[in-house]
Amino acid sequence: MKIANLIRIAWRAINRNRMRTFLTMLGIIIGVAAVISMLAIGEGSKQSIQSQISSMGSNMVIIMPNSNTQGGVRVDNSSVQSLDEQDVIALQKSPQHIIHISPSVTVKGQVINGANNWNTSIQGIYPDYLLIQNRSLREGVVFTTKDVKAASKVCLVGQTVISNLFPGEENVIGKNIRLKNIPFKIIGVLSKKGENTFGQDQDDVVFTPVTTVQKRILGTTYYQAIFTSAIDEKSSEQATIEIQDVLRKSHHLSSNMDDDFTVRTQAQLISMFTSTSTILTILLTVIAGISLLVGGIGIMNIMYVSVTERTKEIGLRMSIGAKGTDILFQFLIEAVMISITGGLIGVIIGVSATTLVSYFIDWPTVISETSVILSFLVCFVTGVFFGYYPAVKASRLDPIEALRYE
Amino acid sequence: MNSTIVDIQHLKRAFIIGEETVNALNDVTFTIKAGEFITIMGSSGSGKTTLLNILGCLEKPSVGTYLLDGSDVSQLSKNELAGVRNKKLGFVFQSYNLLARTSAIENVELPLLYNNQFNASQRREKAIAALEAVKLQDRMYHLPSQLSGGQQQRVAIARALVNDPVMILADEATGNLDSRTSYEIMMLIQELNNVKGKTIVFVTHEPDIAAFSKRTITLKDGKIIKDLVNTDIHDAKKVLESLPTMNQPIEAEK
Repeated sequence: MKIANLIRIAWRAINRNRMRTFLTMLGIIIGVAAVISMLAIGEGSKQSIQSQISSMGSNMVIIMPNSNTQGGVRVDNSSVQSLDEQDVIALQKSPQHIIHISPSVTVKGQVINGANNWNTSIQGIYPDYLLIQNRSLREGVVFTTKDVKAASKVCLVGQTVISNLFPGEENVIGKNIRLKNIPFKIIGVLSKKGENTFGQDQDDVVFTPVTTVQKRILGTTYYQAIFTSAIDEKSSEQATIEIQDVLRKSHHLSSNMDDDFTVRTQAQLISMFTSTSTILTILLTVIAGISLLVGGIGIMNIMYVSVTERTKEIGLRMSIGAKGTDILFQFLIEAVMISITGGLIGVIIGVSATTLVSYFIDWPTVISETSVILSFLVCFVTGVFFGYYPAVKASRLDPIEALRYE
Repeated sequence: MNSTIVDIQHLKRAFIIGEETVNALNDVTFTIKAGEFITIMGSSGSGKTTLLNILGCLEKPSVGTYLLDGSDVSQLSKNELAGVRNKKLGFVFQSYNLLARTSAIENVELPLLYNNQFNASQRREKAIAALEAVKLQDRMYHLPSQLSGGQQQRVAIARALVNDPVMILADEATGNLDSRTSYEIMMLIQELNNVKGKTIVFVTHEPDIAAFSKRTITLKDGKIIKDLVNTDIHDAKKVLESLPTMNQPIEAEK
């Protein structure tokens, strides 16, 4: 028996019952469309979180002082003074998996230009910080390591600060602003970056050399954090280990003592924030998968009805020479044809629904090839699985009995 | 032309119903030669349907041998029997058994779809030839619902002819038709038998239908009680002509 003939036979049989075939397909269509759009929406939100976090600097590794116990009392992180210039020097000595290194000290405070004032963060950094954070200048220049050594009173200013201190003014390079009553010269303006994942305005900031904040504002020698970059995304694990090694040595920690610092990588942050969305995606996909299952049961139901209804036809086919296997394959192919055609229509509807959602509601969506291939495969399996029993029932009919069936 | 198509020796078919064994056929022996037109007669329960099922390879005998076209088919498997039915036999049923919503030509093509020897164009060619043989070439794309009972039965006959079978088996093929249409079908069958030399086995319980055949086997209680060569064969064409038609108003009785 040629498979082409069987397909032709099945196709003719399906064609004789177009409306019923379509209604049977509908279950599969809805199931597949739901699976594809749910996966696309889930994957989209995951990727948008990822890209937002990555925009903060994709290979970023942050070292923060750790709260440790001092005489039985847990000390607040921000007041722990375990990171200082010695650590930065130690890290810079022979870096293997890290490239840029910048300490950071932030102080909240009022900045003033004439009659205008604004409350913002003043962050002391090394020039490397801009590379770690993917920041660039719209105009002006970055301060140099010389400025860091000299604790120069220069600053780089974000857009939000500019618009509040210099409303309507174009050129602000070279102008002075006062931070805590100390005049700072603006030497650069940061390019706009917008809000980060946590809704923080990344343009509401003033960057100065770290030493300037330490010596002129806070009067301290410690850092609140050290930012570094791993040489690439893959090496952030090794970078973490390297940093731990270097810092434990520089802090003279013996092997039985806990770290007095914490190393966080961007990868950890991403996995932390995407885990929620992953769970949601799984949940939605499972629900969509159930509707696919229901669609499959619909196929089985219709195939059973069809076998009973066409008993006489099966008897006739057998009497003119159809073997049991021919009948089996005819019904199996009918079921698979229904499910695959349904799957195909489902893919089309799922993809267009997803496109519409991202176009009109502006949700991020990503249609992955695997989700399309997977749901298509599931359709095929559904067709075979739910078509098999009715088909076996048909193939086992006795031709004489079947011909006599009314 | 005189080769033996069917050779049945001491055939028995027993059914077990509950604790009783019913012999539907009990020691039946006969042969059919090529070109014969046989009617099998008998009241219901005489075993004629069982005999037809065995002749049609739909059922296997319990005991005995059945040579069809020279080969023993009494011990073949289900699938082998399906192959025999497909290549050597043609069936015509009382209720036509055409596929609904399927054109006449696709119905006729159906047996060839289960045969790998033919491609699409050969199938179409043979189906057209078969429809021409039953004079339905101008109704090829009609659906069964658009055809009269007689025309539907002619499509069924074309379907039985399409695979050039060694024997055509008809089961009460005129049972659903009025007498005029019955005679038309019998005329067609006589023509297939006389002109094309087709071997035909026709099961019926109507003696006037049997009168069109060349030989009549009568069954009773699973045994052959009569096997007669018909000396007075009615010609269906003449019978048909003798019937009053719409165009030939019945002469007013005086």
